[in-house]
Amino acid sequence: MADEVKSPGPPPQPQPAKTGPSGGPEDENKPVAEKAVPPAPAVAPSATAQPAAPDAAKATPAPPAAAKPPAAAPAAAASKPAAPAKPAGPVPLPWSSPMVEKYKRQYGSGMEALTYLGQNYISVDRALIPDILKLLRDQEQFDYCVDITAVHYPKREKQFDLVWILYSFPRNERVRIKTQIADGESLPSAVPIWPTANWLEREVYDMFGIKFDGHPDLKRILLPDAWKGFPLRKDYGILQQDTEWVQINLGIESGQ
Amino acid sequence: MIDPANTLSNLDLETPEKPYLDSNELIINMGPQHPATHGVLRVILKLDGEKVLGTECVIGYLHRGVEKIAENRTYAMFNPYVDRMDYVAAVSNGLGYCQAVEKLLNVEAPPRANYIRVILTELNRIASHQLWLGTHALDIGAMTPLFYTFRDREEILKIFEKYCGARLTTHAFRIGGCLYETYAGFEKDVKNFLAFFPPKIVEYEELLTGNRIWLERTKNVGVISGADAIALGVTGPVLRASGVKWDIRKAQPYANYADFDFEIPTGENGDTFDRYMVRMIEMRQSLRIIEQAVNGIPEGPIMAKVPKVIKPAVGEIYHSIEAPKGELGYFIVSDGSTQPYRVRVRPPSFVNLQALDLMVRGMLVADVVAVIGTLDIVLGEVDR
Repeated sequence: MADEVKSPGPPPQPQPAKTGPSGGPEDENKPVAEKAVPPAPAVAPSATAQPAAPDAAKATPAPPAAAKPPAAAPAAAASKPAAPAKPAGPVPLPWSSPMVEKYKRQYGSGMEALTYLGQNYISVDRALIPDILKLLRDQEQFDYCVDITAVHYPKREKQFDLVWILYSFPRNERVRIKTQIADGESLPSAVPIWPTANWLEREVYDMFGIKFDGHPDLKRILLPDAWKGFPLRKDYGILQQDTEWVQINLGIESGQ
Repeated sequence: MIDPANTLSNLDLETPEKPYLDSNELIINMGPQHPATHGVLRVILKLDGEKVLGTECVIGYLHRGVEKIAENRTYAMFNPYVDRMDYVAAVSNGLGYCQAVEKLLNVEAPPRANYIRVILTELNRIASHQLWLGTHALDIGAMTPLFYTFRDREEILKIFEKYCGARLTTHAFRIGGCLYETYAGFEKDVKNFLAFFPPKIVEYEELLTGNRIWLERTKNVGVISGADAIALGVTGPVLRASGVKWDIRKAQPYANYADFDFEIPTGENGDTFDRYMVRMIEMRQSLRIIEQAVNGIPEGPIMAKVPKVIKPAVGEIYHSIEAPKGELGYFIVSDGSTQPYRVRVRPPSFVNLQALDLMVRGMLVADVVAVIGTLDIVLGEVDR
């Protein structure tokens, strides 16, 4: 591992692909690192200049972060300590890239960009939601909305995590946008941004009961229209059913 | 209720301006039990004569709550369930899930396991495309390809059966690698298939590619542009037939696809015929990958060091692979316990089916059948 850090050498591109077990060929965000590398050569030679660099870089990603485009170094370092230090478990690390810096300047504390196991995501305030998605599509070429989904945390005050998984064809890059909302709160629909959001949002509504404002046809998609309850909420039991619906529509007395 | 205006006595049969047949819009149901819907899919069609004005898909008949089940099973116990989503490509489903959990655990399958995985996954891609071809051609009226493809698919299923004991819901891989070493004669069987199959593709193509009826039924039917396909999140051969050269195996290689040399076929018109051609070429490319893989299987372990009790650290991961039908993704949230906190499956069939409405508007009813076939949906995956 130390060798890899020591020899950033003339071809910086292949390096992220080679780093460590976690940054292997299937590293989703390899292109991110590659993207950020071109401005990085200024940093790379300095790493060779100091023989102590590998250890320093491994222990604290801080020194290289002082340089202007710090994306490459922390991204590589992020995935690196993760593998040997498995007992402690990997932790999300700050993620920084020109794109993130730009939006941070614009939105300030409303967003936090992190990377976990080489995958980047941005946690944003609920208030930023239609804007940031629109900007990502229009200005950052995230033209493909892979998936929209939710996660339920019943013990939290804001019970739901909403997740948009985005992909950019021109940049070959993935990013996830996350936000938290409370039960009963609604969100602006992403259908005007990506038409594919139509069914995806319907499924989120069907399973979690989260409403999307401005959705053209928000109704249940997998469950029957008259079904009561939202099955993927944590308080919905695995054996639970809408017994009334089952009795009426399937003619099963017990409702199971 | 009989509309008095439409009763026979009220029809003025003398005046020719008043048509005998109304040209009202007609709403009919196709499915849920319909041979051309490949399962239990109900499509509500709004028709003007034979012209389709709009459609609405009613899905969920096969909904089993796979994502809910996942939250109540351990990581390893959930593994066989994913086979039941896209049940004609169970190996791909398993690969996606195992790799997603491996990523969450931060382990990587050993090289030998990756080679076995690639061989089986690509064989499964061919099997899935064969099943698609047979049923799609049957929908359009060509019956013979069905017999041919099912006859040849048998050879692949035999390899699966010898490898893991199951033909359809294989559960071939485990988190961390493969459970089973290849059986004696595995490589010979695969090589035999490599020799056996290319003439069969020629046979299929002889039946269809130049067939005038086939061309009439597929050319310029169900056209979708590349931009529309991207906007609707369509992936897989449907996207590639619209001219977007994108395949996760190349764009963000997983397993060891980066080691292999293969082409990504694309179409130009985004019509049913192009999608047919893309899949035919994909089968040949899969053979190329299998050939390289089977000749290069390294020795070594087939299982990475994975703890007996799988307890990933708190965190979340999204991993997707190029399944035969498109991007199959798993979004897994771990709370540090033995059971996943949330598993979200991003099914290619579900998202691709959304494009049906756009693709059949203005076409004829018979084309709806062709377009459902060409989208290559599996309802087990649409509904999960």
